[in-house]
Amino acid sequence: MSTHHGVLSHQNLLKLLSGITAGGMELYAPRKTGQKVFFDHITDVREIAFDPLPTTESPKALLFPRVERLLSFARDGESMRVDDRCADLMPRRVLFGTRPCDAVALQRLAEFFADGIEDMFVGKRREQLVVISLSCAVADADCFCTSAGSGPGDGTGSDILLTASGGERYDMEVLTDRGREVLATFAGLWDEGSPADTSGYLAVVEPLPALAGFGAKLAGAFASTVWKDASLRCLGCGACAYVCPLCSCFDIEDEGTPSKGSRLRCWDSCGFSLFTLHTSGHNPRPTQTERWRQRVMHKFSYMPARFGHAGCVGCGRCSRACPADMNLREQITMLDAGIALQSAP
Amino acid sequence: MSALQVQAGELLASGKAEVVIGYGEGTRGRVRPVFVRTRADVSLLVFDGRCTANLTVYLAKPEVGRMGKAAIVATPGAVRSLIQLIAEHQVDPGEVVVLAADDDAVTLLTDPAALEAYAAAHPVTIPPEAKAVTESLARMSAQERRAFWDAELSRCFKCYACRSACALCYCTRCITDMNQPQWVCVAPHALGVMEWHLNRAMHMAGRCVQCGSCTSACPAGIPIGLLAMEASRSVEKEFGAQAGLRCDAPPALSSFAADDRESFIL
Ligand code: SF4
Ligand code: SF4
Ligand code: SF4
Ligand code: SF4
Repeated sequence: MSTHHGVLSHQNLLKLLSGITAGGMELYAPRKTGQKVFFDHITDVREIAFDPLPTTESPKALLFPRVERLLSFARDGESMRVDDRCADLMPRRVLFGTRPCDAVALQRLAEFFADGIEDMFVGKRREQLVVISLSCAVADADCFCTSAGSGPGDGTGSDILLTASGGERYDMEVLTDRGREVLATFAGLWDEGSPADTSGYLAVVEPLPALAGFGAKLAGAFASTVWKDASLRCLGCGACAYVCPLCSCFDIEDEGTPSKGSRLRCWDSCGFSLFTLHTSGHNPRPTQTERWRQRVMHKFSYMPARFGHAGCVGCGRCSRACPADMNLREQITMLDAGIALQSAP
Repeated sequence: MSALQVQAGELLASGKAEVVIGYGEGTRGRVRPVFVRTRADVSLLVFDGRCTANLTVYLAKPEVGRMGKAAIVATPGAVRSLIQLIAEHQVDPGEVVVLAADDDAVTLLTDPAALEAYAAAHPVTIPPEAKAVTESLARMSAQERRAFWDAELSRCFKCYACRSACALCYCTRCITDMNQPQWVCVAPHALGVMEWHLNRAMHMAGRCVQCGSCTSACPAGIPIGLLAMEASRSVEKEFGAQAGLRCDAPPALSSFAADDRESFIL
C-alpha cells in the first residue's frame, strides 16, 4: 500500500492506546522500573514510559521469548504422547514505543528465523505483531543506527511511525495494511495529513565511519592478534547478547523426567564459556579472545555475507549494558584501525 | 603523576609485577578495567569514587594469568575478596601484589598479614540505596519479601553478569550450567531464575565479601547482591565468621567447631 499520512495529538495517542487495550488486543510498551526501561504488557496507558532513548532490554522477546516451550511429552501406558504447541494460537499484539532501530531489528530477526526452514513460532508472532514506532528526537553517544542501515526516522519494519513534531503532536505515517487496520477502529482520533518533512525533528546521530568496509576487513582478520587485547576485560557474561535486539542464539533444554516433561528453547550467548564446549571436553573457543571475535565476526562479517545486512542495528544497548564498558562503537573503530595496521604492507 | 601511577610504575620497572590490573577512563564518563604492562602506560590509571567494580575477578581468567605476575588496584571490597580467595586456596599468598586504594591513599600490600590489617581497618561500607532496600526488606513480612523478589527476579534473563562480576563465583561449571542431567532448572523461567539465585545465595553464604560488584553489573538493575550479602550476614551472626578478613580462616559452612551454635538443629 502507499503510505498514508496523518496528524495525531499526544492525548489522542493515549486514547488510541487505551482503546487497543480495551478492545482486547494485548499492548506492549516501554515501562520504567527504577532506572531501567522494559517492554511490558500494559493494561493502563499511564504506565507507558516516553523515555527518549532505547529501552534497556530490546523488544526481541516479543518474537523470540527468553524461554519458550516447543513441545511437551508424557508417557501414556506403552506409548509416548507428544503435544506440539500450536503456533496458530498466538494472539494479535500491538507493540508501541519501539524506536526505528528496534523495528528494523524485528524485521531482520524474523528474516533470520525464516531462513531455510521457517520457525513457525517466530513467524506467527511476527505476523500477529503490529509495530507502532516513535522516531528518535534524541540519540546518545552509543547510537550508530545511521551507519548500520537505519536512521532516527526510518519506518522499515514499523506498521505506523510517529514523529513528535512539537506542540504535543505527532506526524503519523501509516506504512502497512496492518497499521491501517488497527487505526480503522479509532477513526476520529487523528486528522488526515500530507507528507511532511520531519527531518528537523530527528536526532543527529554521530556516524561511525569505521563500519563502512569493516565486514570486508574482518574476512581476513580471523587470525589477527587484535582480538586478545580488545577482549581482555570482557567478563564473558550474556548481558550484551541478551539486551541485543538481534542476538538469536538459543539452547534447547529438556525439562522433567523421562516419562513427563517439556522441551524448551532458551536464550544463549556466544560470550559464555560453555557455548561451544564439546562433549569430549574440547572447547574450540577456550578464552574470551575467541568468544569476542565470534561476536564481532558473526554480526559484521558472517551475517552480512549471508543476509546482506549486519547482525546489528546500532541501537547501542550492548554498550550501555556492559559491566566492563566494552563499548561497541569504540571497539569497531579500534578493531578496524588495528586490523588495517596489521595488514598494511 | 598520581601516587597510584608512581607506585604502579615502580612495580613494573622493578619486575615485581608484569601487569597492573587497574581502572582507566572509559566511555560515557565511566571507568573500566585496564591492563597496564609498560611503564609508559601507567598514565592510563585512575582511581576515584567511580571505581567500584571488583577487579580481583580477573585473576581467574587464563588470558590474564598468562600475562605474568599481577599487581591489582583494589578497593577495600576487592582486598576482602582476595583474602577470601587465599583462604579458599584459589590464589597463593604472595602471588599477587595489591595496590589498595581508598579515596586518595594508596597502600602497597604484599603479604597476608598486610592484607588482613588493611581489611580490618576498612570495614564494609554499604551504599545508601542498598541500605535503604535492606532496611525496607527487614520490615516486610515473609509474603511481602517473596513478592518483592518475585517482581525483581521477573526481570532476570539469566545473563549471569552478576556471576561473572563476582570474584568468589569462580566455579568452572556453575550448578546452573549442569544440564546432563540438570541439577536445578537451567531455563530462565520464574522457577529456574529463583532456583539459581537461591542456590547462588546459599553458595555465597559465609563467602560473600559484600563488595557489591554483582549488583552494579546487573543490566536489569536488580539489587541481586542483597541475597548473598544477607546470607553472609546470617552466617556472621550464627558463627561469628565474616568472610574476607582472614587468609587462613576455613569457610564457615564447610568446617565446624565444637562450640558452634546448634540452635537450628531440631
Ligand atoms: S562484552 Fe560486556 S556484556 Fe558482553 S560478555 Fe563481555 S563483559 Fe559481558
Ligand atoms: S550489537 Fe549492540 S548496538 Fe548492535 S544491535 Fe545489538 S545491542 Fe544494538
Ligand atoms: S556475591 Fe556480590 S557482593 Fe558478594 S562477593 Fe560476589 S560480587 Fe561481591
Ligand atoms: S546480572 Fe541481573 S539479569 Fe543477569 S543473571 Fe544476574 S540478576 Fe539476572
